Amino acid sequence: MEIIVCLKQVPNTTEIKIDPVTNTLKRDGVESIINPDDKTGLEVALQLKEQFGARVTVLSMGPQQAEKALGEALAMGADHAILLTDRAFAGADTLATSKTIAAAIKGMPYDLIIAGRQAIDGDTAQVGPEIAEHLDLPQISYACEVGYNADTKVFTVKRQFEDGYQILEVEGPCLLTVLSTACKPRYMRVKGLVDLDNKEVQILRRSDLVIEDEVLGLKGSPTKVKQTFNKQYNTNKQKLVLDPAEAAKLIAATLKDKHLI
Amino acid sequence: MNSQLKYELFEKMVKEFTENEVKPLAHELDETERFPAETVAKMAEIGLLGINVPKQYGGAGGDMRMYIKAVEIISKACATTGVVLSAHTSLCVTPILEYGTEEQKQKYVPKLASGEWLGAFGLTEPNAGTDAKNQQSIAVDMGDHYVLNGTKIFITNGGKANVYVIFAMTDKSLGLKGITAFIVEATTPGFSIGKKELKMGIRGSSTTELIFENMIIPKSQVLGRVGEGYKIAMKTLDGGRIGIAAQALGIAEGALEETVKYVKERKQFGMPIAKQQNTQFVLADLATKVEAAKMLVYAAADAKQAKDPTLSVKAAMAKLYASETAMEVTNKAVQLHGGYGYTREYPVERMMRDAKITEIYEGTSEVQRMVIAGALLR
Repeated sequence: MEIIVCLKQVPNTTEIKIDPVTNTLKRDGVESIINPDDKTGLEVALQLKEQFGARVTVLSMGPQQAEKALGEALAMGADHAILLTDRAFAGADTLATSKTIAAAIKGMPYDLIIAGRQAIDGDTAQVGPEIAEHLDLPQISYACEVGYNADTKVFTVKRQFEDGYQILEVEGPCLLTVLSTACKPRYMRVKGLVDLDNKEVQILRRSDLVIEDEVLGLKGSPTKVKQTFNKQYNTNKQKLVLDPAEAAKLIAATLKDKHLI
Repeated sequence: MNSQLKYELFEKMVKEFTENEVKPLAHELDETERFPAETVAKMAEIGLLGINVPKQYGGAGGDMRMYIKAVEIISKACATTGVVLSAHTSLCVTPILEYGTEEQKQKYVPKLASGEWLGAFGLTEPNAGTDAKNQQSIAVDMGDHYVLNGTKIFITNGGKANVYVIFAMTDKSLGLKGITAFIVEATTPGFSIGKKELKMGIRGSSTTELIFENMIIPKSQVLGRVGEGYKIAMKTLDGGRIGIAAQALGIAEGALEETVKYVKERKQFGMPIAKQQNTQFVLADLATKVEAAKMLVYAAADAKQAKDPTLSVKAAMAKLYASETAMEVTNKAVQLHGGYGYTREYPVERMMRDAKITEIYEGTSEVQRMVIAGALLR
């Protein structure tokens, strides 16, 4: 089985702060990590590899420094790593990104493509599903469990919603987007780290893709950011002194009024 | 890929592992004096028990720098877990790799490197530590095998290890040259675990007595040559001391980190104690010593990797300085924490107790000074 895992390097948003003047992310000195949902996607792929045998390729689009995230993926057990990097790809929104990645995948063998549900820096959850559309593949988003029958070559996927789930069966080739709750990603292996000395990340540039210039990078990005801002919390405090029975009634009425209960 | 990335990601991995798997247990292991078997299994799974073992023997094929870094980072959170790794790697896997026959290496190293088996080392006896010529453990040559009788004490990983590198007298008349090293499996008839020590620090580490009663040891279990045991023990301890130095360095770094956090929070006289010059000057001195210890520890690790003939002195200096730094840093960390630092609610109390052993085992600070002075005055 050939599995491609799409993986994005993102700033660790648990450490990130927003510049109050410009309302943009302060990325200086913030550690870059593999996007958590994508890391889980890699773990799902590695578990399929262990159970059924597979070659796992990790693919990322981003600046040269994303090589580090790919190195981490290789040390976890991925077989091959590809980085799509070129000035022509810069400034891409989800549409331009998904078209670029789809163009790269088009020439590759695959039975399964796994992407994380969404990246913690943009939170759009669009790139995975868009890749599937560009490649005309069946897709299942929000996967939290992935099984495979090697005889029938059918994947059984549990698709999680807020209030329930679906169990779906799909034949490969297909695309899944997985939730970070699906499983706990493994640690990098010491041997995998030592072996990085003999591994290279395959670099793909603009010239390696068959795609029109208009759909790439900033030019190919219809998304326009109008404004970004820090959410202001309006606490609207009020102090009341009531006996417990009255207080309980008031709390219940207020919550009901706000449709919270 | 750029080989620097390997070290960078290795550090990241060990830090994540320590944060998630080691740190949360440190307090409980100390309180209950429990050996962290589950952590050892997890370390095995990711390859931490065979970091610097060549791939042909089932290891990861990494180097001393990586191994030492792992002991340091793990010990920063839990010195107990750190010494399990150090004793296993430096005192059991390494001598078998360096002095073992090809058969011995094939038989033992893959199982040790994978963590299927844990290793330990037995030299110390009630009347013989570094001064090994008083060894009371006797191995009598019976032609095709030895019969081994005796007792060892203070054995790290005792009762938990499957394989022990054991030293015993094979010819008392030759003194130090009458000592021979053996590879002993815990399942050997006549092998038993005696008293488990109740210790001041590293309380989760299993430290026990080993008792040998008429153990039949085939000659194929002799490690190195007959009579070469003392040399093997001393060379092994040269390497082991770097592991303990890394453990001490980790304890010092851990205590410093906890203290930096605490002094920013703790308010006295209307301000965080971090604003007071005494706090600042003490912390500045401690941080400088930690950095100096780090340089000595890494230099010793590089010397071991490069088979540098001055390893012995470098390892002694690293252990002497790092362990005394650990003691000083943890002592002052407790002082800066005030009354809270003396309680078991804050980790510096445990760290101070843990630091003390690094000045004692695998050669006391006095023995390190003997090694250093001995080389100077040769």
